[in-house]
Amino acid sequence: MAEKVYAIPNVQTPNVPVKINPEKCIGCNNCVETCQIDVFIPNPKKGCPPIILHPEECWYCGCCVTDCPTPGAIRFNYPLPLKPRWRTKETGEIHQLN
Amino acid sequence: MGTWHDYLKAEGTPPEWPYPVKFGEEKEIETDVLVLGGGIAGCWAAITAARNGAKVTILEKADVRRSGQGGPGCDHWCNVPGNPHSRVDPDEWAIQEMEDLGKFSNGIGIQIQCREDFDTLLEMEQMGGKIRDTDDEFVGVEGRYEDTKFMISPRYSAKAGYGTHDDWRKPGFNPPETRNNVVLRIWGSGFKPILKRECKKLGVQILDRVMATSLLNENGKQGNRVVGATGLNVRTGEFVIVKAKAVIMSTGGGSRALWVADMEHGGYDSTNSSRNNSSDNIYMAWRAGAKLTMMEGSAALRFGTGLKHKWYTGGADASYENVSLVDANNKVVPAPTQGWADGGAMFSNNAAVRADIKERIESGELQLPLYGDFAGMKPEEANATWNLMLTEESTTKVMVQTMTEAGFDYTKDQIMNYTYMELQPNEQYRTIRGGGLLVDWDLKSSLDGLYAAGGSTFSAEDHSYCAATGRYAGRKAADYAKGVEAGAVCRKQIDAEKERVLAPAKRSSGIEWKELHFGLNRVMQYYVGGYQTEHLYDLALEEIKRIEENAVTELYALDPHKLMRCIEDLNMIEHAKIKIQAMKERRFSSPALGVQRLDYPEVDAEEMQKYLLIYEEDGETKFERIPIRFWGNMKEEYEKHNPDYAGVYKPEN
Amino acid sequence: MGTWHDYLKAEGTPPEWPYPIKFGEEKEVETDVLVLGGGIAGCWAAISAARNGAKVAIMEKADIRRSGSGGPGCDHWCNVPANPLSRVDPDEWAIQEMEDLGAYSNGIGIQIQCREDFDTLLEMEQMGGKIRDTDDEYLGVEGRDDETKFMISPRYSAKAGYGTHDDWRKPGFNPPETRNNVVIRIWGNGFKPLLKKECKKLGVEMYERVMATGLLNENGKQGGRVVGATGINVRTGEFLIVKAKAVIMSTGGGSGALWFMDTEHGGYDSSNASRNNSSGNIEMAWRAGAKLTMMEGSSQSRIGTGLKHKWYTGGADASYENVSLVDANNKVLPTPTQGWADGGAMFSNNAAVRMDIKKRIEAGEFELPLYGDFAGMKPEEANATWNLMLTEESTTKIMVQTMTEAGFDYTKDQIMNYTYMELQPNDQYRTGRGGGLLVDWDLKSSLDGLYAAGGSMFSPSDHSYCAATGRYAGRKAAAYVKSVEPGAVCRKQIDAEKERVLAPAKRSGGIDWKELHFGLNRVMQYYAGGYRSEHLFDLALEEIKRIEENAVPELYALDPHKLMRCLEDLSMIEHAKLAILTMKERRFTSPALGVQRLDYPDADPEDQGKYLLVYQEDGETKFERIPIRFWGNMKEEYEKHNPDYAGVYKPEN
Repeated sequence: MAEKVYAIPNVQTPNVPVKINPEKCIGCNNCVETCQIDVFIPNPKKGCPPIILHPEECWYCGCCVTDCPTPGAIRFNYPLPLKPRWRTKETGEIHQLN
Repeated sequence: MGTWHDYLKAEGTPPEWPYPVKFGEEKEIETDVLVLGGGIAGCWAAITAARNGAKVTILEKADVRRSGQGGPGCDHWCNVPGNPHSRVDPDEWAIQEMEDLGKFSNGIGIQIQCREDFDTLLEMEQMGGKIRDTDDEFVGVEGRYEDTKFMISPRYSAKAGYGTHDDWRKPGFNPPETRNNVVLRIWGSGFKPILKRECKKLGVQILDRVMATSLLNENGKQGNRVVGATGLNVRTGEFVIVKAKAVIMSTGGGSRALWVADMEHGGYDSTNSSRNNSSDNIYMAWRAGAKLTMMEGSAALRFGTGLKHKWYTGGADASYENVSLVDANNKVVPAPTQGWADGGAMFSNNAAVRADIKERIESGELQLPLYGDFAGMKPEEANATWNLMLTEESTTKVMVQTMTEAGFDYTKDQIMNYTYMELQPNEQYRTIRGGGLLVDWDLKSSLDGLYAAGGSTFSAEDHSYCAATGRYAGRKAADYAKGVEAGAVCRKQIDAEKERVLAPAKRSSGIEWKELHFGLNRVMQYYVGGYQTEHLYDLALEEIKRIEENAVTELYALDPHKLMRCIEDLNMIEHAKIKIQAMKERRFSSPALGVQRLDYPEVDAEEMQKYLLIYEEDGETKFERIPIRFWGNMKEEYEKHNPDYAGVYKPEN
Repeated sequence: MGTWHDYLKAEGTPPEWPYPIKFGEEKEVETDVLVLGGGIAGCWAAISAARNGAKVAIMEKADIRRSGSGGPGCDHWCNVPANPLSRVDPDEWAIQEMEDLGAYSNGIGIQIQCREDFDTLLEMEQMGGKIRDTDDEYLGVEGRDDETKFMISPRYSAKAGYGTHDDWRKPGFNPPETRNNVVIRIWGNGFKPLLKKECKKLGVEMYERVMATGLLNENGKQGGRVVGATGINVRTGEFLIVKAKAVIMSTGGGSGALWFMDTEHGGYDSSNASRNNSSGNIEMAWRAGAKLTMMEGSSQSRIGTGLKHKWYTGGADASYENVSLVDANNKVLPTPTQGWADGGAMFSNNAAVRMDIKKRIEAGEFELPLYGDFAGMKPEEANATWNLMLTEESTTKIMVQTMTEAGFDYTKDQIMNYTYMELQPNDQYRTGRGGGLLVDWDLKSSLDGLYAAGGSMFSPSDHSYCAATGRYAGRKAAAYVKSVEPGAVCRKQIDAEKERVLAPAKRSGGIDWKELHFGLNRVMQYYAGGYRSEHLFDLALEEIKRIEENAVPELYALDPHKLMRCLEDLSMIEHAKLAILTMKERRFTSPALGVQRLDYPDADPEDQGKYLLVYQEDGETKFERIPIRFWGNMKEEYEKHNPDYAGVYKPEN
């Protein structure tokens, strides 16, 4: 609880259109360059994952994931209201993206 | 990890703007052919112009590698009657397609597409694009030809256009022997990076992250030859001035955003359009004095109940192309699909089919929710749909990947569909051909030096249309540039534009772009919404004037990116004004135009035979009417204008 | 100046959280009567409990001075049949009112209101509230009584309830001599600060900026006597534990937000309800084991096309109370108003009237847009409407001021109205009485020690209802605490609650409250939306379960304020589950309940004759049915339970 708390505006929704795995991300900023709309900016710290700056403008085109040179470093993250649902035909069981 | 808030928490301060801020600084460039917007049309235009000997420059808001609506991919190469399996004549098909797409389709563009897009596709293959099942992944899929390894798609297989057929799904309908075979399935998710590579190879000067903001007329006079354009670097704010002998407008279109207050919800323009599509073409052409048409025809789409599912994850009008819809009890919904059995139709466009389904749901015959029945398809076809079609389609590749990782199995599972479930009734779905630049048989606009391609032309079509028209416009513009000298730009026009563009960056508070956008949406929803009349149009125009006087003057941008969004919304304001003026001028109702007026409820048959042109002359709005088939005999005109067409590009080495 | 961004620009770093952070810290308090929520009902409850000798504490999310839906003001004191100008008998009026409000109104609350709210109003006057035109500002206004200076409102003047009359606006309808005279116009904008002052004077302990989070049962056992509650300070995060002999639930209700994805657009719940109304009453009562009813009657209202106009600035169903609507050509619309000529009806509730107008608009008889015709009213009445009614009404005072400053002149101008203009059809307007705590004639819930007042009980009504029932519940709770000892709270229950409440504050990334809210909205819009069936309800419950399993464990709050919003959305999840469970249990369709089912399209007269109760026992959901008039003879029961009612408070000094 010693961490500093800032007064900042409410978080946008969606705020995390993609999840970046800092263990895998090599900070190459390929996604920063691929993204049509500058959802990301490069991290001032070289080699660190980019920063998601304009998450609410994301149109879910997916190119950042498609073009990432490090598989699994960046993953799609549909916000709650957009998570697809599907059903197994035989059992009728409903699944939803988590 | 990765959010802005995480950074703040870790560092105690927000990140500084990561790019050098250069508001006010200028860069000047001279070129032969300037391409505005480096999407599918723009890339093809640039490549072709360069191959035809022109020095070429592209201005692109994003990175050409993945920019534009086609940046993420494309699964269908539509209207390829020139392909070896086609059973139709390209010229005849073009006429059919033009007719079936409705009165106000673009015959010029369609003729070009039908004649040249197989060549375009083969050029794509030359560059390294995959257009055949060379890895034999889809052996046994209906429509696959073993000799060419082309994968014919069921789309349009029974007739041109998206209309449904009276006898769809009846036994014997659409047998393999009589199919049109005009659409190819392709591996388009790789195309865009290849196009950029080719541009580079050809020495095209690419200015990524530069948004085109205006056209420059010769001597600064509206209506004169177009001799260049200005741009804004959306990361640094640097102002770019490009002098060019010819300019190709290929920034796409975008009109739904005028109504949809859904900036944040992945539903900005439509489920498939690029978020960067924002009326730039309309604004720039209008200011320069070019003639626009079909401006009255743009339309509102579904309204936000917030955060809409995208098309293939069950968006409210998803038909899943060739996948049948079934109800909660696996009863097949009587809606044609784009599969072979239905001849490649599209049910969401058919109001009667939708109303019928609605009734059946209400009577209990069909039970909600509906599902896209991948599991009910032949496994080969499901495989081709999931792993080729959806994987290569714009924006859905990552959906396929994400759902597959989460366990979706296309052989066993069905995707839930939200059609009819929402409180919002389906009747609000309304779509229509888009407005844009009037073009002639050279894809030249009404102004000398200005060409248009792809989504920037009136009544534009899909990916292969953009590719073929881009390629064509590049050829024509290069020809033109060879025969002319550079025209004189006007410093006064440049200075005025620079001041306009940078104004929001000079303010640090006031009205941000989103508020402006919502304000404009409100005008469109209230006054150009469910009911439309002359009086309401006038109120809309008055209100937009108030917005311009009171809000635009307070518009602010905290950084170059937000400045781009500001300018986009200014473009949309202009677009809205043009649209309303055009709607007002059309004193009739027409489903084909998506115009339904309370004060003129009847169709005006004579007026329906005309395109309405709208443009500005000396700052005044002018209208003009030309016949709907103004392009003449498509085959003859095409041939007259392209006597030396050389077909597929022959690389020199 | 003044935005967060301005600060960042000036200082280079965001402001630190301005309040001490006390996550994990505790404060313990003991009292006799604990009031949860210091709105209109809560303040009256606290004042009346204190006046009856109890030691009282209030927990309030905001500052009591202006908190709650009634914080900004109130213009009507409804159902005051005991006022000296009334022409009806309070007990008879209560029955009429109960019947006219529909099958599922709250007869107990209405009886209390009809009997006691004139006394309540006089007590308001004792405290300094203005309830008469003592300054003679409105001489000549119809309904003003020169002797008492009371201003009788036209509302309900021809009959009880909001229904329209067959003969409205016919000559001779609703003459002055026969009017009911049951509603009084009041200067309610000043009430809330006065109530707080009185609380202070009476020594009520006020824990402001503290949100009540959970009830404490005796020995921690669900269904046991309520012996206190917990709260969280929404500025510091401090955890508050209050032991009390009795608890009054008066946190309001709130169900529109379940469907409404509009957290940002001033349209969160409805145009009039407080943004802080968020199902806290439902969740707390449910977890403690109290019986709830009318949960299936919760309802959605208009769906967002973004940033909706508020009621009196032309919101889609605004009738402007007593102001006539006219069309663009000043033709009067055939819609009853709440004015004298129409008997105080309210047209927006009448679907037939709405459809009729829609048709006439489509036929061209009326031209859009519509206007609220202030200029067409008698000047005295327009003055009273603009300067008394709207100025004193909740949230509209500021609108009156802002518009007046901008030049609106109620003697000459008309306010534009957006009814019918939007693409969104009016038919989506759907309403039903709100769900809440079951109460008995003591306003006691089904649990010992737990009382309810105002919007927290089932089928509540308006401001004066909240005031009268708050006052009544305070009296009853005070009487109860005299006879009981404090019960034992259970540390385990407190610890579990503390952990639940603080969990999101321990995470700094994951799912923010808005995403959770939107996710829940999506469930409600899809599965409990336009079409409803058992199957869809089941899907909704499954999905909510997934949300609870996958999303809730990732919910995070960056500061105590956002923690409050997180907790609110957790309450809404619980509320949504109950709404769906009860909708599912009701296997019929009923417009009165706002329930329309595809699988049970018919009414079920027998089940419709019952209230459906839902509650938890040992963690299991239980249902129970009781007759809709379970409260018995209202007059007799009221008198039996209040033999010693002392009327208006007599101050001692």
